[in-house]
Amino acid sequence: MKLKFETQKITYKDSFKLSSGREIQSCEVAFQTYGQLNKEKSNGILICHALTGDQFCSGINPLTKKKGWWDILIGPGKIIDTNIFFVVCSNVLGGCMGSTGPSTVDPKTGKQYGLNFPVITISDMVKLQVKLINSLGIKKLFAVIGGSMGGMQTLEWASRFEKKVNAVIPIASSYRHSAQNIAFHEIGRQAIMADTNWKSGNYYGSKQKPKRGLAVARMIAHITYLSESALQRKFGRNLQNSKNFSFNFITDFQIESYLKHQGSSFVERFDSNSYLYITKAMDYFDLSFRKGGLTNAFKNNDLSFCFFSFTSDWLFPTSETKTIIKSLNTSNAKVSFVEVKSDKGHDAFLLDEPEFHEILGGFIEGQIIKQGI
Amino acid sequence: MKKNLRKDLILISELINSNEKVLDIGCGDGNLLGNLMKTKRVDCRGIELSQTGVNECVKKGLSVIQGDANFDLKDYPDRSFTTAILSQTIQAMIYPDNVIENLIRIAERAIISFPNFAYWKIRRDFFFSGLMPKNVALPFEWYDTPNIHLCSIKDFTNFCEKKGIKINESLYLNEEGEKLSDFMKNSRAYQAIFCVSKK
Repeated sequence: MKLKFETQKITYKDSFKLSSGREIQSCEVAFQTYGQLNKEKSNGILICHALTGDQFCSGINPLTKKKGWWDILIGPGKIIDTNIFFVVCSNVLGGCMGSTGPSTVDPKTGKQYGLNFPVITISDMVKLQVKLINSLGIKKLFAVIGGSMGGMQTLEWASRFEKKVNAVIPIASSYRHSAQNIAFHEIGRQAIMADTNWKSGNYYGSKQKPKRGLAVARMIAHITYLSESALQRKFGRNLQNSKNFSFNFITDFQIESYLKHQGSSFVERFDSNSYLYITKAMDYFDLSFRKGGLTNAFKNNDLSFCFFSFTSDWLFPTSETKTIIKSLNTSNAKVSFVEVKSDKGHDAFLLDEPEFHEILGGFIEGQIIKQGI
Repeated sequence: MKKNLRKDLILISELINSNEKVLDIGCGDGNLLGNLMKTKRVDCRGIELSQTGVNECVKKGLSVIQGDANFDLKDYPDRSFTTAILSQTIQAMIYPDNVIENLIRIAERAIISFPNFAYWKIRRDFFFSGLMPKNVALPFEWYDTPNIHLCSIKDFTNFCEKKGIKINESLYLNEEGEKLSDFMKNSRAYQAIFCVSKK
């Protein structure tokens, strides 16, 4: 895949087997690293990004020219200190920032996969991350950290690869996608597929991309990332341009303008088909559905966990995290859990939340002493 | 390290053996757990209601979850711990009987400490002033106190007898946190520490 920006990449020539039973030939993973791996290779932290995130978690994102999505937390001297840690962040399988996904050229046909790309799962994403971590020569990670879909990945690590990691930090996440979450995702997917430019996913050759559909999907999703009180505080019923209603369908309210901006800026950096595939992967995720249920998923687990939830997050509410903790009580895991007071909704995990950052820093410091790095 | 600990917590920590697995319910800012982890290599867990308390604990590297002992203890499987500690908290529980029975279910033994409401100064103050008693251990006004289920030493031992709970050890302390003899303990003791288990 030709990229408009520079990123590190590894290609795995052997076939990559997926949960669905299908295989991907020569699977690629695009990633960024920050800091240096120490001699003992004990200071590796894997950062797992959310649905629309990417590998540029720190510094400047070369595509958007904006700060990385977790630059507030990751960097020299920051909470996740790249002077101490070797931070790895990879673009998920199915993504559109360099890792193999629906916009990648299928080696069999010489054309972009489109909907011929196999449906993937969170488990598949994590399997590719494990391959990457192995390639980097890291036997055991210091920690796996992620919010939202990234949090799902951290739980998958804890459940399937518990010997390859010391500490797991799931933030604003869950062991499964709820019916309401699936419902919102389906509306987003339907919006994309209803766009005439989508052409059953075969839009890569044409000039017209399904931008309208993807923008609507993003607008819907964006509401679920905020809270009613945050919207009210930020926008209220304020009008965008004039003091009076326009009495037509141009943008009247500030909230309309804000959502439109969210939609239109998103389509410049994201692929519609990737959005379909990744939302589907999230919808399929349910650790409790596996044999033995959630309790079995974390059996004999002696990892250190630190869970975070946010009071106003209605997409991944605190009750979901508490369900995981109940299951972990039956294992030998060391579990910490904090519900942070915030009115910023689900997005709080990406924003300046001093309380959250302070506790996360405290947990990491405790782990530095425990793991002795 | 021990110098920073409250005297009753020092006595509780002396009851804990090395390498135990301990659950501290209402662990506050984690002073007791932190001490046990460092001095006795105890495998520690904590439950704390207040966010500031949990924050302090997690910052100390302790495994503590934000939760409510009134409702969350039922989620722990039988015998997950060697000792469960409930220090100066039982009087603030909505269902103290339920909490105590859960403690001796999830741990082999429970260490429970509480202010003795039959302490002679409390009796004296209440007798002469006719006002709800207050002291260092019970500093609240009647209308804003979290202590809704106060009891005396006699109440507690009667409760244990009624419920068939075995008292393995009991310590009675004066206001300075020094150990007292059993003589007239229900009037002389300012607070009590009990170590109980299933019969």
